[in-house]
Amino acid sequence: MTENVAPTNLGSTIIQVPSPEPGTVDMMVNMGPQHPATHGVFRMELRVDGEQIQDLVPHIGYLHRGSEKLCEHESYSQIITLFDRLDYVSNFNNELVIVSAVEKLMDVAPPPRAELIRIIMCEFNRIASHLLFYGTFAIDMGAITPLLYNFRDREKIQALFESVSGARMMHNYFRVGGVKEDVADEFESRSLALCDELEHGIDETDRLLTENEIFLERTSGIGVISGEDALDWGLSGPVLRASGVPYDVRVDEPYSRYDELDFGIPVGSAGDCWDRFYVRILEARESVSIIRQAIALMEPGDTMSKIRRIARPPAGEVYAHCENPRGDLGVYIVSEGGERPYRLKVRPPSFCNLQALRDLTVGHYIADAVVILGTLDIVLGEVDR
Amino acid sequence: MSFTDILFAFAGLFGLFSALLVGVLSLTWLERKTLARIQQRAGPSVVGPHGLLQPVADAMKLATKEDIIPAYADKLLFWMAPAFVAVPAFLIWLAIPFGDRIAVRVLDLGLLYLVAISGIGVVGLLMGGWASSSRYSMLGGLRAAAQLVSYEIPIVIVILSIAVLVQSLSLDAVIGGNTITIGEATRDLPGQGLIPFAFVMPMGFVIFFIAGLAELGRTPFDIHHAESEVVGGPFVEYSGVHWAVFFLAEYLNTFVISALIVVLFFGGWSWPNPPESIFGNDLSSITTNFVGGAWFMFKTYIVAVTIFWIRGTYPRLRIDQLMTFAWQVLIPLSFVNFVLIAVVLFYDWPLWMMPTLSLPILIGAAIGVQRGRGVRDRPQTVRILRRSAGEIGRPMPNAPTQTQISGEGQGGD
Amino acid sequence: MTSQGPSGGENHPSNSGAKSTPAPVKRRGPEVQRAAVALPPEGFALAERLPEALAAHEVEVGAAIDEVVCRVPADHLVDVCRQLKDDPTFGFDYLRLLTVVDYVEQDGEFEVVYHLYSMTHRHKMMVKTRLPERRPSISSVTGVWRGADWYEREMHDLFGVEFNGHPNLVPLVLPDDFDGFPGRKNYPLNDYEEW
Repeated sequence: MTENVAPTNLGSTIIQVPSPEPGTVDMMVNMGPQHPATHGVFRMELRVDGEQIQDLVPHIGYLHRGSEKLCEHESYSQIITLFDRLDYVSNFNNELVIVSAVEKLMDVAPPPRAELIRIIMCEFNRIASHLLFYGTFAIDMGAITPLLYNFRDREKIQALFESVSGARMMHNYFRVGGVKEDVADEFESRSLALCDELEHGIDETDRLLTENEIFLERTSGIGVISGEDALDWGLSGPVLRASGVPYDVRVDEPYSRYDELDFGIPVGSAGDCWDRFYVRILEARESVSIIRQAIALMEPGDTMSKIRRIARPPAGEVYAHCENPRGDLGVYIVSEGGERPYRLKVRPPSFCNLQALRDLTVGHYIADAVVILGTLDIVLGEVDR
Repeated sequence: MSFTDILFAFAGLFGLFSALLVGVLSLTWLERKTLARIQQRAGPSVVGPHGLLQPVADAMKLATKEDIIPAYADKLLFWMAPAFVAVPAFLIWLAIPFGDRIAVRVLDLGLLYLVAISGIGVVGLLMGGWASSSRYSMLGGLRAAAQLVSYEIPIVIVILSIAVLVQSLSLDAVIGGNTITIGEATRDLPGQGLIPFAFVMPMGFVIFFIAGLAELGRTPFDIHHAESEVVGGPFVEYSGVHWAVFFLAEYLNTFVISALIVVLFFGGWSWPNPPESIFGNDLSSITTNFVGGAWFMFKTYIVAVTIFWIRGTYPRLRIDQLMTFAWQVLIPLSFVNFVLIAVVLFYDWPLWMMPTLSLPILIGAAIGVQRGRGVRDRPQTVRILRRSAGEIGRPMPNAPTQTQISGEGQGGD
Repeated sequence: MTSQGPSGGENHPSNSGAKSTPAPVKRRGPEVQRAAVALPPEGFALAERLPEALAAHEVEVGAAIDEVVCRVPADHLVDVCRQLKDDPTFGFDYLRLLTVVDYVEQDGEFEVVYHLYSMTHRHKMMVKTRLPERRPSISSVTGVWRGADWYEREMHDLFGVEFNGHPNLVPLVLPDDFDGFPGRKNYPLNDYEEW
């Protein structure tokens, strides 16, 4: 029993927290790595005074597979499969990052049709990932139904993915210089039909949750982070945009053929959980519109450029990044001019977003910690790599 | 007490116990099916026709599972806790009338009995939470204590208002009406044969329903066993039969609250169509009682389905919001309800004065809760910025220039 | 820090120019082509201004494909970073990535790489610094960008680089009792031989 606790040095940044009253001690609650609300093997140590969080220490690394080190020992085409397993709910977006990095290094461009197929796949994947977010976020708050609705729609997207790449999750479909094979004939009509269904599904979630009284109570003003702090922490993606920073790689450093598409970027201003949720709702709708535009642009043609099968980029360094559903996913490759990278480092958006968790959470209730973690929308495969 | 009395009591208890077990099994099936329909899926469909035997299979599975006691648990309390939750849940049913004067024990102080017994369950939850020696269970147990004790108050006050209305603590009087003598005058007090109390005091009904949900720990008040926060609360460490007993108690309580809502606010076995209107005045005939009992069960299931429906729809509140709601909204409202009924009875106003007075208060309170929290007026904080309009990102290579956009009218905004 | 490392991977924009192919660099084994530099206009502007603005810090400015690369001596790093962040004409308010590259086999050095981005000017650059193989240590930039926090902890785990002044340099991705630095090139990937 200590009367007062010195400024805690458990977390990364020291936050002065009020010491408990004399004669009392705060309770340590360990959440995770096996906890329904930590979205994987994430652990947080909470120091709580009653229900109020005084301190939070995040622990990661339970899923650390050394992907980056592994990549140094694999050829570039093999690395694509490793990237599938980083953020395992938005695989296409991950693949796009690594292939565009190698293409940038080699100074090759995929055929226009392949670029559009990539965009369509990535945007579908963004919707799929956001659908998963709505569902799990609702579950975090005790609403069990939205998950089922969203999985219904996600299932359709996965079926489309399966028809395109042959796999539901680990696609290995993008190649350096194009995509593995052309899409089927009915792909365009099927995608357009799917777009309508998705729009309906997103509307359904929107109606079910966004304006719900309890939902608003639970998310409004919870876990607020200002734009400056968000930048300071290196947040990205919907989390950063919800704080009012208009940064989206698709418009700030347009890659692929995003230059030719007209779409909106939802930007919040409150920086709370509700904004982070609603930004994602609007973003999914914009993705639907991107897909429609991209399909309209599709023309028959090659889907693979004429380059060597085994990529052998020149020596050099490259940093390429794309807008993942979770944020700015980047990859830094140091090449010495072989079939394998000399060093490969991923900029994992979830990892950066997760850093801010402590700042967001301290002072809130245990139930809020779960909600805040939900809105950060982490995928541990990417956090730990 | 004669031997036959004891025999009948045992027979009644045994019958009640079996009937309740079947009721609980049916309720789990009903909940799973209802939720499945809400969530656009099939629900249990493999074991038995329409999955009807799924609860039986579940029960068998639970009974055969290993019953684990954590090493650091307080073993005695850990063993006893499920009983402390389940036994009161059973005991409540002793007083609930399934027909006219048909209950295991017809109690003149039925309402008092209900209130007294329903308060015991929280002890079991707290015991389970403490004894498990897990932080989650501890938090869950404390949450349960805070929540259940707080929401007990509006429930008691509403029950008290009903007692004042019928001038009796007997559940039969609540359903069938009562005649009392005050001084010289004899006065008929209302039962629910014609108008159920839900219409007489809508405010009381709403308070009771909400507080009942909280007593059950059902969405949106499922805070003490919130899966995503405290992973099941007091039940985290329980497994096998002990967990099954907790589970049983949970559903029994759901059943109890549904039955109580029906008895207190929807006329129990009597409304609509009091049996005598069909079968004459022979209230003791088997047919009459059977029809009454069926009515009662039917209504109970309807209320239960409503509770499941809410579970399929709403997110969960937070502990402080829950407590604030109880102490700042429900408890004052329940007092208002109590005072209203007292005033109406004292001045001998007609009963329709009750809904006319309380409905505006109820609606006003609902609006006040919305406005007071200010969330309804949440400003739209998310805007969509377009690159083509030059609001975000790098300028588009082929985008129309700003002047062109503003030349079209409001487009530039 | 004066010589450009054989694997540094950047060329000077002045002697290469946009889209021109520089001369192949002699390496071990067969000749390897180097990636061409293609700096965007804002990158050129940045590359021109940097040497002057950071004259006090003995920086060396180059380019890697589309990014400006600035080599900084290790003891000037935090000052340079702070200046790059606080100077409104640079405004590098966003630390994208912090990483360590192991060049021990070639040069006996580690390279720490900082990827910076400016939200206001939309330009980007890399800041690099070299650390010796033995007891590599450098000042932490958590005071400049808080986002460097976990990156530095991770790099401390994987490469054993000490970040002085970091508030809490405890293991992040590895167990507390882990022995060795698995990110380094000399750490074996597998114990077994592939068959």
